[in-house]
Amino acid sequence: MLRKNPTLRHILGRAAWYFVTFLVAVTVNFFLPRLGDANPIDAILAKTNAGDSAGAREKEEAYLRQFGLAEVDAQGKVIRTADGKPVRTGLGKQFVSYLGLTLQGDLGTSFLQFPKPVSEIIKDALPWTLCLQLPTIIFGWLVGNLLGALAAYKRGVFDRIIYPLALLVSAVPAFCVGILMVYYFGIKLEWFPAVGGYDAGTTPALSSDFLSSAAYYYVMPFLSIFMIVVGGQSIGMRSMVIYELGTDYVKYAKLLGIKENKILLYTFRNAMLPQLTGLALALGAMVGGALITEIIFSYPGLGMAILTAIQGNDYPVITGCTLLITVCVLVANFSVDILVGLLDPRIRAAQAAESN
Amino acid sequence: MQLVKGLFKIPAFLLGLFLFAATLALAFLGPLVFHVDVSTRVGDPYMAPSAAHWLGTDHLGVDMLSMLVMGLRASLYVGFLAGVVATIVGTLIGVYGGYKGGLLDDILTVLTNLFLVIPTLIVLILLSSSMDKGRSLTLIALIIGGTTWTWSARAVRAQSSSLRARDHVALARINGFSTLEIVLEQILPYLLSYIFMVFILQTATAILTEATISMLGLGPYDSISLGKILNDAKTNEALIGGKWWAFMPAMVLVTVIAFSLYVINTAMEGVFNPRLRK
Repeated sequence: MLRKNPTLRHILGRAAWYFVTFLVAVTVNFFLPRLGDANPIDAILAKTNAGDSAGAREKEEAYLRQFGLAEVDAQGKVIRTADGKPVRTGLGKQFVSYLGLTLQGDLGTSFLQFPKPVSEIIKDALPWTLCLQLPTIIFGWLVGNLLGALAAYKRGVFDRIIYPLALLVSAVPAFCVGILMVYYFGIKLEWFPAVGGYDAGTTPALSSDFLSSAAYYYVMPFLSIFMIVVGGQSIGMRSMVIYELGTDYVKYAKLLGIKENKILLYTFRNAMLPQLTGLALALGAMVGGALITEIIFSYPGLGMAILTAIQGNDYPVITGCTLLITVCVLVANFSVDILVGLLDPRIRAAQAAESN
Repeated sequence: MQLVKGLFKIPAFLLGLFLFAATLALAFLGPLVFHVDVSTRVGDPYMAPSAAHWLGTDHLGVDMLSMLVMGLRASLYVGFLAGVVATIVGTLIGVYGGYKGGLLDDILTVLTNLFLVIPTLIVLILLSSSMDKGRSLTLIALIIGGTTWTWSARAVRAQSSSLRARDHVALARINGFSTLEIVLEQILPYLLSYIFMVFILQTATAILTEATISMLGLGPYDSISLGKILNDAKTNEALIGGKWWAFMPAMVLVTVIAFSLYVINTAMEGVFNPRLRK
């Protein structure tokens, strides 16, 4: 069956490749934080060694069991050496249990906000990040492509204004746009709230009070990411259209006397393909894409969650977030591979040729 | 040579070159003009700019201009070192894979693709968060270089595998030149301008990456850097307090470096890539 269906074979092949990549990512996620001189085990043990009272002991037991850091006996009690130190579990054994839990979707428990599960912390932060990024990327992508196509086709004045502007915006680091906006529109002019995601007086709920304050806080982070997306996309689209306009098939179509509008349609369609790929990749990078922007605006999304976790050596939260970001990127790349295979006749043909 | 001369006629290239030279001058000639001292508190926290301290003081009362010069040096150092590492590793793997092919090339390509997909920033966050005392400026540069080479490897590989099919390379092969001779004499000269552009981009990326991870609170422990100045300004409420001198100059410097390098790269691409030349 696979021999007859090159598309299916291609999809399965890519799926297998991305699964291997996922396993590598999980491995990297586990071992990298444990390489250096400040690894999570020491962080957690330092935390529990703070006191010698019965309460601290109990807490230490709970930690060690929870994170699978120490050997436990049949009754589930932590095995200790003669001087009371817990017997540590080997790194390999820890990794196996980590791998098992991760594949089940269990990301562990936060050190800082013990016993809150990491998945809960992510669940609180993720909607903010998604609501900030999803509309921004899609809207920015549309506007950017329109401007880019316009600049490439019209050239002249358009190109001389749009292109350098886009170049400037995309060369300016994302956090600079954010800092400038916070400073001028938040602090100096007080047009918009400088930092945060909603009014301190409201609590996240589906009330009009909360939604209107959230919308007010939304404007600046939205604009700062939007500008960058528009800049990047329009540059890409511009060079794609310029390239397509110079190809032989366009010259040939012109010689044949095909109407200009029709030729433009052809070129735009061809120029769109890489741009579509770009959109899918941007959506995949969305979750981790604006960590710094969120931090600058103290926006309560994933960026702030990671920052808090890093400041408090909260390794389960750090690795939980990084794994989530990686998985999103992998899924996006996988979708792009499949999508491009389906949309691009050249790649379709190559797949078919491979199977013969 | 004709091409290089043409380069110096492009206004954008000259602008980029001028801006970059200006940052270099500030970093290395600045200390000759004014006194640089980042270890003494010369006044109160967040003093506004004055004749004595042109850019005021930071949250500890240290002269901001001194901090800026040292931070700029550190950022340039990170950019240069990471750029060199990423370009050398990327070029070696790319040229080898593109010219030689074979099993090792396949393995290297899989490896490259693997780490192209896993976000660099994630690897950086994970690695840096495991370091505490050991997170020196040099190590950060090496980590950045060691994670961003994948991109240049892929770019260089594509270029060198297209060169492989050229007649002059085939001729050299027929005449019995060794692989090393062919790579050095027939492949590398054609890639030089390309590799240089890769280096420029890698440097710009590294400087921005350092600023990013420093702002995440994972900056070097043994040095000031532009990212760390920004991080300090954010965590010590200079941004909310409107103390512009604590973050604006550092931000402008990061932007100017990245912008000038991008402009130089774009201008060079226009000159060296015949398809873009009109």
